[in-house]
Amino acid sequence: MAVAFDEMNIPGGDLRPAYQELARWLEETPPEALEYRRQEAELLFRRIGITFAVYGDSESTERLIPFDVIPRIMSGKEWALLEKGLKQRVRALNMFLRDIYHGRDILRAEVVPDDLIFHNPVFRPEMNGQQVPHDVYVHIAGIDIVRVDANDFIVLEDNARTPSGVSYMLENREIMMRLFPDLFARHRVAPVERYPDELLAALRSVAPLSASAEPTVALLTPGVYNSAYYEHSFLADKLGIELVEGRDLIVKNNEVFMRTTEGLKRVDVIYRRVDDDFLDPLTFRPDSVLGVPGLMSAYAAGNITLANAVGTGIADDKAIYSYMPDIVKFYLGEEPILKNVPTWRCREPKDLAYVLDNLSELVVKEVHGSGGYGMLIGPAATKATIEAFREKLKREPEGFIAQPTLALSTCPTCTASGLAPRHVDLRPFVLTGSKRTTIVPGGLTRVALKEGSLVVNSSQGGGTKDTWILDE
Amino acid sequence: MLSRTAENLYWLARYVERAEYLARTIDATLRVTALPATYVGKTNEWDSALLTAGVAASFYQNYEEANEHNVVDYLSFSATNPSSIRNCIEAARLNSRSVRTALTSEMWDTINSAWIELQALWSKGTSTREELAKFLRFVQETSLRFDGSAYRTMLRNDAYWFSRLGLHLERADNTARILDVKYHVLLPEEEHVGGPLDFYQWSSILRSVSALTAYHWVYRETLKPWLIADLLILNDTLPRSLASCYGNLVRNLDQIGVAYGRQGPAQRHARGIRNRLEHSNMNDIFQHGVHEFIQEFIADNSRLGEIVTKQYLI
Repeated sequence: MAVAFDEMNIPGGDLRPAYQELARWLEETPPEALEYRRQEAELLFRRIGITFAVYGDSESTERLIPFDVIPRIMSGKEWALLEKGLKQRVRALNMFLRDIYHGRDILRAEVVPDDLIFHNPVFRPEMNGQQVPHDVYVHIAGIDIVRVDANDFIVLEDNARTPSGVSYMLENREIMMRLFPDLFARHRVAPVERYPDELLAALRSVAPLSASAEPTVALLTPGVYNSAYYEHSFLADKLGIELVEGRDLIVKNNEVFMRTTEGLKRVDVIYRRVDDDFLDPLTFRPDSVLGVPGLMSAYAAGNITLANAVGTGIADDKAIYSYMPDIVKFYLGEEPILKNVPTWRCREPKDLAYVLDNLSELVVKEVHGSGGYGMLIGPAATKATIEAFREKLKREPEGFIAQPTLALSTCPTCTASGLAPRHVDLRPFVLTGSKRTTIVPGGLTRVALKEGSLVVNSSQGGGTKDTWILDE
Repeated sequence: MLSRTAENLYWLARYVERAEYLARTIDATLRVTALPATYVGKTNEWDSALLTAGVAASFYQNYEEANEHNVVDYLSFSATNPSSIRNCIEAARLNSRSVRTALTSEMWDTINSAWIELQALWSKGTSTREELAKFLRFVQETSLRFDGSAYRTMLRNDAYWFSRLGLHLERADNTARILDVKYHVLLPEEEHVGGPLDFYQWSSILRSVSALTAYHWVYRETLKPWLIADLLILNDTLPRSLASCYGNLVRNLDQIGVAYGRQGPAQRHARGIRNRLEHSNMNDIFQHGVHEFIQEFIADNSRLGEIVTKQYLI
């Protein structure tokens, strides 16, 4: 594995310009003060109730995501490039989805193989020929970005279904500003607080034609036991919209209403944080109690906008991921600005053979997995684990992809033995409305707190950092 | 607003009020039982504490004897008693989480902090009288903080009114329940032998609705049972009296009616109960039977809860 790119230090002893002021401040600040602030931050998180639930964890149902007080900093110039690349990527994702559920030019051109679409459980035939307002499918995208050197941004994963984490972007900033006003005074950090406004504007802009001039937007949550419930309530609050559960909604004459103390009230746009499978028991899983019976027929009738649209999973599937550079080129005729991680598709015999020969150096992921579950990190795995995984892989090669173990970039992070570099990634949030695509400068930086670990997922011991884009 | 949100706010207020009431009941019972038997008689005060909390039947499914240890445990820390203080706080926190968007941050902070603070207590309970007293005070203070936060920080709209509805309905129920269990010590003199024994019973009733000092301010008299009944039932200057609760319930329901542009069965039913209280005097009530009066009130009050639920909350 190559040496990780250090975002603060240049080999040879110099500092990268964006980190100079932070380094000076760190020198002036005694370590006890940092530790004290860290504890203060933890207390704030607990009091505000910024918690998440880990499924299958019986001992405590609500946990805190560890918060690291050292910010991750990027220069305005770096951000400008990343922003351009993200907009390009999300445009392509939306065009791809529109195409898959309508003309299917890309399949006819044989850029993406048919069976990857039609045999894919996240492909939704219900969406064939369905018009969505302004052809926007992915209104909210969370694109996971990693860096391996100073010049490139690499997409690790596209999240086009119900990406979460944006509340941490906003709350981390709030808490940092409360705890470290002096540090902020020494930097010009681009603000992130307009995200809720941008999100509301994007959601209102895609209201169906049958909506009134002032469309009603609601956020659909699976409920208090969902792991991201805090985020749902936080966003509904910031957007000033109702936080609804399936049982609060009812479909009548193909229109969606919420039950209020004054009777039924029509809803025009649903920012849904419920997966496709659970949205409508009449169309998808019949055992779902989280959804709204008849929602899909109201959707088909064009009386409700769902954000994100149904069926977007086909665009962020790990099997499709490896085709993204070709997808960008196909629709936009441009070179992709953001790179892909080189990916071996185990469904292809040549790739499979290579993967089987090099398991100890590769990361192997389930095509339909998420959250860092069910993956093999070759260099960190024991022989026995690798052999067990080999059998799984041989049995069902089409269920896996493999990638080289990336040396994710590192940032200085508070650890038990003082500041030390830890691996990070970044999830910026891309909003697409009827007319424009916006990205609030920043995102959620996740950090693998264990020394040497590359797994940043909060369910597996990852933490978060505030992400600063310097306004130059 | 969403019916579910209104329902959560309504129940949230009820749970917090109930937790406070339970804490006061335990507190008052501890005082009475600390006195020598010659002052308070041989009645089992822990039994009446269970009765006023309305959980006597379920208690005896879990315990043999109603003594301090068992009753305090069942009313405070029991996970199986659906209306223990513990379950009231748990339910209040869960309801708060469901309607965070309708709460002010001060209200959320009160409930969430109390919930965090009390987590450690649930499994081990309290081992000393001091710890118990501290716990009971904490629960009462949480309710005061919550109530105060709501009063001082909430917008005066339907969210506030539904929360107040829950508070006053629960409060009326609690006051009526004490009267229901203790009515026999409140009977007029000629039917009852007064003595030092009753004095402590009476002050205990007043204490459990935080009205002992109020009594002296209102009547400037020694404790007299019919005046205690008058204070708790008809005196609308006492926040926990039935009359005061119904004055507030009618007002809150009217505010909702005005905001929504229409009245309904809830408004009519509440007004009916309020009018009956307004036109009653203690003589009539005693003549017709305090016990019957109170039982009828409890039924009417819970009927209002059902009507409100049907009209607004589902």
